[in-house]
Amino acid sequence: MAIGESPLHQFEIHRLLPIEIGGVDVSFTNSSLWMVIAVGAASFMLTASMSGRAMVPGRWQSIAELAYEFIAKLLSDSAGRDARKYFPLVFSLFIFVLFANLLGLIPYAFTATSHIIVTFAMAVAVFLGVTLLGFLKHGFKFFGFFVPHGVPWIMLPLLVPIEIISYLLRPITLSLRLFANMLAGHTLIKVIGGFIVALGFFGIMPWAFIVALYALELLVAFLQAYVFTILTCLYINDALHMHH
Amino acid sequence: MDVAAAKMIGAGLAAIGLAGAGVGIGLIFGNYVSAGIRNPSAAPGMFGNVILGFALTEATGLFALLIAFVILFG
Repeated sequence: MAIGESPLHQFEIHRLLPIEIGGVDVSFTNSSLWMVIAVGAASFMLTASMSGRAMVPGRWQSIAELAYEFIAKLLSDSAGRDARKYFPLVFSLFIFVLFANLLGLIPYAFTATSHIIVTFAMAVAVFLGVTLLGFLKHGFKFFGFFVPHGVPWIMLPLLVPIEIISYLLRPITLSLRLFANMLAGHTLIKVIGGFIVALGFFGIMPWAFIVALYALELLVAFLQAYVFTILTCLYINDALHMHH
Repeated sequence: MDVAAAKMIGAGLAAIGLAGAGVGIGLIFGNYVSAGIRNPSAAPGMFGNVILGFALTEATGLFALLIAFVILFG
């Protein structure tokens, strides 16, 4: 860590290609660049590995098939067989979040998912889509989702607002979880990295710690993509089947 | 009080919230191990849920850590 550089410096957004349309700043920033890299890397990896279409898969094809089957099983286990048509959405979300998280772990790379606006946009898209799906599937009966079964009617004026608030908070908790994990993890690595420089020879101790921390961050990068995906599946399940 | 000193104290207070995450993660893995000793054949099937619970619990602790970082460096 250079002197006078805060650990939050790595999350700064720079304009790489200033574009302005109708007074709105739509510049191509380092955040956009890393999102494009994530999408490009994911698309390249999945299409190139599957282009052989071998009956007995090789190494790369196995990875692609493993990812596909992992998400397909996750979706049908948590949201039922009839949720299979939402597989493309769920799979794209998982792969995008996973690649953005993993690419952010490369030193000097930018983590697109460490900005709340990126994760919040994805969470709001999921939330609006799932709510729309619920209303299309059940009509106005979907409001019954907010009324818990088997509760004395006298408790309902208390419980229904709580259910509605917790439903409306879903996009915030979904986005905040991913964003906070990425931001806190990367800041922690940078802070401990500062200790290595400050301690001189004894810096070997924080250095050993940072190696372990990096392994944990790799796990967290995968886990948070998984958690984002499984919660999306559970929300789709709520909208499709409505049982409480 | 000096603003810099108040920032340090505030960040320290915010980091107390991590104690909750520590308790939660300990409960998850402790219960997983004790349940796995009772019925070892069922343990591997539950590992996915354990990891999911770990990630959800850890995230709540990180909210507190995040506030501490924002107070310190924001």
